[in-house]
Amino acid sequence: MKKYETIIGLEVHVELATKTKIFCGCSAEFGGQPNSHTCPVCMAMPGTLPVLNKQVVEHAIAVGLATNCAISNRCRFDRKNYFYPDNPQNYQISQLYHPICRNGFVEIETEGGKKKIGICEIHMEEDAGKLIHSADGKTSIDYNRAGVPLIEIVSEPDMRSDKEVIAFLEKLRLIIQYLGASDCKLNEGSMRADVNLSVREMGSDKLGIRTEMKNLNSFRSITKAIENERDRQIAILESGGQVTQETRRWDESKNQSYSMRSKEDAKDYRYFPEPDLVELVIDREWVQQIKDREPELREAKIQRYISEMGLPKYDAEVITDNKDFAELFEATVRYGSKPKKVSNWIMGETMRLCNENNISPENVKVSAENLSKLIALVESKEINITVAKEIFEKMFQEDFDPVIYVEKNNMRQDSDEDSLREAIVKVIENNPKIVSDIKEGKVQAIGALVGQTMKYTKGKANPELVNKILKEMF
Amino acid sequence: MADKINEKIIEDMAVLAKLKLSKDEIEETKKDMIKMLEYVDKLKELDTENEEPMYQVFSKNNVFRDDVVKNKDDREDILANAPERENDTIVVPKTY
Amino acid sequence: MDLMNLTACQLSKKIKSGETKVSEIINEAYKQIDLKEKELNCFITLYEKEEALAKGKKVQELIDKGELTSPIAGVPVVIKDNICTKRKLTTCGSKILNNFVPSYSAEAVTRLEKAGAIIIGKSNMDEFAKGSTTETSYYGITKNPWNKKHVPGGSSGGSCAAVAADMCSFSLGTDTGGSIRQPSSHCGVVGLKPTYGTVSRYGLIAYGSSLDQIGPIGKDVRDCATVLEIISGYDEKDSTSVMRKDCDFTSALSENIQGIKIGVPKDYFAEGLNQEIKEAVIKGIEVLREKGAIVEEFDLGLTEYFIPTYYIIASAEASSNLSRFDGVKYGYRAEEYNGLHNMYKETRGQGFGKETKKRIMLGTFALSSGYYDEYYLKALKARGLIKKKFDDTFKKYDVIIGPVAPTTAPKLGESLKDPLKMYLSDIYTVAANLAGLPAISIPCGMDKNGMPIGMQIMGDCFQEKKIINIAYAYQQAVDQGQIRR
Repeated sequence: MKKYETIIGLEVHVELATKTKIFCGCSAEFGGQPNSHTCPVCMAMPGTLPVLNKQVVEHAIAVGLATNCAISNRCRFDRKNYFYPDNPQNYQISQLYHPICRNGFVEIETEGGKKKIGICEIHMEEDAGKLIHSADGKTSIDYNRAGVPLIEIVSEPDMRSDKEVIAFLEKLRLIIQYLGASDCKLNEGSMRADVNLSVREMGSDKLGIRTEMKNLNSFRSITKAIENERDRQIAILESGGQVTQETRRWDESKNQSYSMRSKEDAKDYRYFPEPDLVELVIDREWVQQIKDREPELREAKIQRYISEMGLPKYDAEVITDNKDFAELFEATVRYGSKPKKVSNWIMGETMRLCNENNISPENVKVSAENLSKLIALVESKEINITVAKEIFEKMFQEDFDPVIYVEKNNMRQDSDEDSLREAIVKVIENNPKIVSDIKEGKVQAIGALVGQTMKYTKGKANPELVNKILKEMF
Repeated sequence: MADKINEKIIEDMAVLAKLKLSKDEIEETKKDMIKMLEYVDKLKELDTENEEPMYQVFSKNNVFRDDVVKNKDDREDILANAPERENDTIVVPKTY
Repeated sequence: MDLMNLTACQLSKKIKSGETKVSEIINEAYKQIDLKEKELNCFITLYEKEEALAKGKKVQELIDKGELTSPIAGVPVVIKDNICTKRKLTTCGSKILNNFVPSYSAEAVTRLEKAGAIIIGKSNMDEFAKGSTTETSYYGITKNPWNKKHVPGGSSGGSCAAVAADMCSFSLGTDTGGSIRQPSSHCGVVGLKPTYGTVSRYGLIAYGSSLDQIGPIGKDVRDCATVLEIISGYDEKDSTSVMRKDCDFTSALSENIQGIKIGVPKDYFAEGLNQEIKEAVIKGIEVLREKGAIVEEFDLGLTEYFIPTYYIIASAEASSNLSRFDGVKYGYRAEEYNGLHNMYKETRGQGFGKETKKRIMLGTFALSSGYYDEYYLKALKARGLIKKKFDDTFKKYDVIIGPVAPTTAPKLGESLKDPLKMYLSDIYTVAANLAGLPAISIPCGMDKNGMPIGMQIMGDCFQEKKIINIAYAYQQAVDQGQIRR
């Protein structure tokens, strides 16, 4: 078999984090009772007209700037005409001829080092409603999502593997999340990617015929679909056939794709300038204002965490891999906690509990103030780390002030040598076997006695002190 | 260009426009379209080489709405006109 | 006294002075309707008289208390059926909207109601405003009150016929390529198409979005100026609405036209124009010259490109604007179908009339891949040239005057036989829509068969006052009895 190279470009759709839809005053919030976020405008009732949400433009410009794009001085909307019931107008208001951003790039890390992935353009458009398939051969439609603002980021065909694709998407996700332009949740559909893929013989500089893959709802399905489509195309070429340029739909449950072509889906979108909206003129001053408001992005945070806060590179990278963790981290540090201590709590207990309970970072209830108090309690040796972890688990369920909690439950660490000696004497009496082990020379068994003492004092004993006293006694 | 209008083009356009046309309608549409396009082809005489397309009547720009929720839940009004509905959704023949 | 023969402003004044009551006027309007509607078919929906009287009672109370002082308070009004009226059937003259009841009113309607106008019904029109005769409506043909063997013109035929037949004081129409001016001319009433963006399009069911405007149709120029003053103004719901500070149109109702420069485009009087119309319009212009206007003939040019440009742009926009009528969210859905796409095709195939389908097809073609540059983009460029032509023209002249239509109202059934000829009859009106200009049609005579002739006065963008001034001066100078029944 010949050696093949896979060429991949992406069309990434991102739902913008606005309060309202792109062209009407309906809530853009995810979910809600079916059709409770609709109005005559987003339902394409006759005679209604779109009016552009300014925030959509500002988000689009911000994403363009953060991905090194040129922001167009002038841009317009176009109508993309096609019949489908999830779009009430039977045309989507989008941008074809004059998109808002062009010619950008982002840098990803690959096995071979840093690599630039080009961004061809970014345009603004509206999302479609949700089709619910019922068993009786009918489809129900909920238009709550119809008209929610989207940006479509179109990459150049610069990616060569699923790994690069995932790295590119991760990079975009982080940039956009830090900008606050979207929550980029694949599972709720606020970030979606269509994959344009072709293969060619290694060494060739001619692009092969590509297909477009839709309905990819997770990184996992993207990876699978790329693998599957690459193999499918290579198999066609190997058998002397030709790949058909078409749109294919990924079926997650069957792990395969199928062609979406049919006679009734003749693809001719008849784009033309949307006459109900006026031109957008974006002056440099406006762009500068948006640039000035740009929040600190991940790379800058990593640098700052390392150089100003003294975090190890690894910690800085792990913490900033999620905007919500980075925010919790910074806020906790602002309350006076040592950065490394905070990063330990986030990378340790917080992430563990998130994983175990399947909770996403933005839903972590522990507040920075209370986390900082908890860290302070450990630092001042008022509680030991074991007790602190127990308290943290409870705070993870429902945020509370650990100082009050420790007080109320009388959990302050016992560092009084006399009372600890009394307790140790009782423990020795109760554990003759361990004691005889120690006496026979198994010094490490002292640890077991420390544990028993902690248990006896219900965790309140200062473990260092207990250790010290025990060593003195034996 | 008008001479290029044939039944195939009419049928393709009818698919795009989602119009069921009878045989007679196809024939009549073809006839009228040829006539109309012959007339419209006059435009080709016009030199528009250095002309910008007129996208809008006035050079008005940047009409925005603030990002503030204005609409309440008006489901009943919205769904009242639907030919087929089930609870709060609109129903169509299956799309899958 | 024949109350409904009076203008809206005269009527409202009489109400305020106590000479008559709103209820009396409404009764009189319905009397006219009872008498003539069966023959004329001006209405798609006629509101119950009781409902109008109930509304009238409230308006009367507000007038009596001095809380409602608008110059049209209490007068009966008809709205073209492509303009949405809250909780009232709005069909656009089409079967595909045979059961559509909007939950909102067009901005223009809201403004009229606030001013105390009493809406008594929705008028007949060519389906989706595509036509010039009001013969393509799903709801029957409207006839010309002057002679029932003739069409009233279109597409706002119902609105114009209702005013001409004294069924209402004034009406709202819409104008995409002449749909207010041409039927106004054919029915012997005054119709004004405002500058694009002057009246909000919110609630106007779109035909050609970049061409459509709502405008008043009245018995005289004062009524048109007064109504336009009420319905115009910025609306944040329409992105193409223009913020204007000069909407006090009634301030232009002056007889003084001394020194005003009138351009008469020779192209508008060339071959194809009926001789009687030519003479009537030239006579009309002479009246204005006598009153002090400076009249000059000139060559406009580009006129042969008006219709091609207009039909491409209007059809293209319409093909997209009409795609929302699909049997899913509202309106008609075919009884029988097999699957989704067949449902679309059956619904639209049955729901749209012939003329509408033809224009959707033409528009779809003009936008389709391979033809977009050749037709649509070319038309947009031609439109730019036409606009420039008018910009230059209005540097020289305050207004342009010419005919509205090449013939008076044709006989029923005549026009649809030759669609291209029908399209060509829009030759004098479409330019105002392409360039966004204001234009008014005002009666200026009769042909030998007793059918009215209209004269068109066009102004530069935002210069409604100039055309109102001239139209008013003309109206005051001639014997209105000669052109009003």
